[in-house]
Amino acid sequence: MRPLIRNEWFVRVAAPLLVGALVLAVWQLACQTYEVPAYLFPTPTDIAAKLASDLPGLLGALWSTLKVTFMAFAIAVIAGTALAFLFTQSRIIEFSLLPYAVILQVTPIAAVAPLIIILVKDTTAALTICAAVIAIFPIISNTTIGLKSVDPSLANYFRMNKAGRLQTLVRLRIPSALPFFLAGLRISSGLALIGAVVAEFVAGTGGRSAGLAYEILQSSFQLDIPRMFAALFLITATGVILFLAMAGLSNLLLGHWHESALKVEQ
Amino acid sequence: MGPASQRAALVQAAAAKPPPGPEPHLQPPVVEVLSAEKSFANGTRALAPIDLTVRAGEFLTLIGPSGCGKSTLLKLIANLYEPTDGRINWWRGDFRKVGQDGRRLAFVFQDPTLMPWARVATNVRLPLDLERVPKPQATPRVAAALEQVGLGHAARSFPRQLSGGMRMRVSIARALVTEPNLLLMDEPFGALDEFTRNKLDDDLVALSWERKLTTIFVTHSIYEAVFLSTRIVVMAANPGRVFREVVIDEPMPRGDDFRTSSRFADLCRELSAALTDASIASQGKGAKTPCAR
Ligand SMILES: Nc1ncnc2c1ncn2[C@@H]1O[C@H](COP(=O)(O)OP(=O)(O)OP(=O)(O)O)[C@@H](O)[C@H]1O
Ligand SMILES: [Mg+2]
Repeated sequence: MRPLIRNEWFVRVAAPLLVGALVLAVWQLACQTYEVPAYLFPTPTDIAAKLASDLPGLLGALWSTLKVTFMAFAIAVIAGTALAFLFTQSRIIEFSLLPYAVILQVTPIAAVAPLIIILVKDTTAALTICAAVIAIFPIISNTTIGLKSVDPSLANYFRMNKAGRLQTLVRLRIPSALPFFLAGLRISSGLALIGAVVAEFVAGTGGRSAGLAYEILQSSFQLDIPRMFAALFLITATGVILFLAMAGLSNLLLGHWHESALKVEQ
Repeated sequence: MGPASQRAALVQAAAAKPPPGPEPHLQPPVVEVLSAEKSFANGTRALAPIDLTVRAGEFLTLIGPSGCGKSTLLKLIANLYEPTDGRINWWRGDFRKVGQDGRRLAFVFQDPTLMPWARVATNVRLPLDLERVPKPQATPRVAAALEQVGLGHAARSFPRQLSGGMRMRVSIARALVTEPNLLLMDEPFGALDEFTRNKLDDDLVALSWERKLTTIFVTHSIYEAVFLSTRIVVMAANPGRVFREVVIDEPMPRGDDFRTSSRFADLCRELSAALTDASIASQGKGAKTPCAR
């Protein structure tokens, strides 16, 4: 039998899960032996119990955060890709718009969020705009780089064979850009979630939204620390699922050819 | 002698001496380079005015020291560069008619230049797709081209799954699938080991003979040049120019008999001497590095 270390499944799945279980066990034991009260630092079982008892309310909050995240992500992907295509059409367009994309990127969202929330009446729409503003930049920059990073010899080949603009786009530029676009997607999905949560924190007390960030704020006011952890757990789980989904998509589309998704031969 | 027997004699003669026959200069020109020169934007004078006529059925090889403008000349002929001055004729006309039946051009680059995301068959089908050949017509042609380079079994592989030599053969299949009349090859086998290279050279000789291809080939290998060519153009650098021509007047198709003959060794020696002269000449006027000679 091969040693466990060489087993692909063990390395990729079982090993990280084992580490997680170990951390949880140490956490549980430490809290119990030192008798830390739940309102200071709850044990994993406290959190799980809370998650179970408050599930309906928390799921509603999760749904509201997910809605904002997904809408922001969709807007970022569609608008970001469209802008990237626009950028690569002509240098003048690229150079006149790029600085503003950069400004958008470097301005901290927490600083602009209040403004957006004041300007936009509908809270969900305001939150979505905030999250989309952060999530869009990696899509724009990665897709632009991707569309430009065509193998020059292949580009020569297309030119020599009198390929049309559309043919070159579909058969050469888009496939060349795909790995970059997917990397952008991975970053952007995480940013959309972060944006949704941050914007909700800012909107928090004033807005009428009831997402997970709002839950965290509420729980902290009420010193309901286990509920705070439960909400935090749901946010983290959402982030992980988004990441895995993007990784899976990337694997599906690139798995058979691109270095980033290839399994290393041993 | 009656007209019938006269015709029979002609047919016989044609069968015995198919192009390129003993009179290759009677063949129509495929490429005429007319005082074409090339300087790059940075001031490099890559090619002094070049005059060169390549006739149907010729296998012309460009050889010369590194930087003498072989690739530049080939790219001029492929219309990838515009000449700074002078001009180039293809089949006695301009480039617009290239690509029509009987005037097809294919280029094999130094590296295979395949699309990594596409299977071998899709890569080979690319020029047909770009020409909008319907898929049912394209598919058998792709299969035939792959068969021709001995890669029929690899059609569904991805380029990264192939060895360097196999990838190069995919690249050649992609050139052949368009049924080119003029084949341009820039050091196609430069990265391969001697054994694989010889094998591919054998295939190339047979192929260009069967298909009556006109080929312009760039190599650094003296042996390869002598083995493949009907004519070799030795170039010199600073600026890039035609230095000498060597005609290889040996029957086609060629094989290992030729490679091991004393005639082959003589020709290699002659070409080697010409190359030495060319590199000395390249260090002469306008050389970037002064030379003790
Ligand atoms: N795009 C370019 N811009 C500027 N100079 C160039 C360019 N391409 C080639 N040159 C210059 O032109 C000269 C001829 O280059 P070329 O690539 O044709 O040489 P070569 O004979 O193919 O050399 P090698 O045998 O090394 O491939 C060289 O001095 C090179 O530096
Ligand atoms: Mg070269």
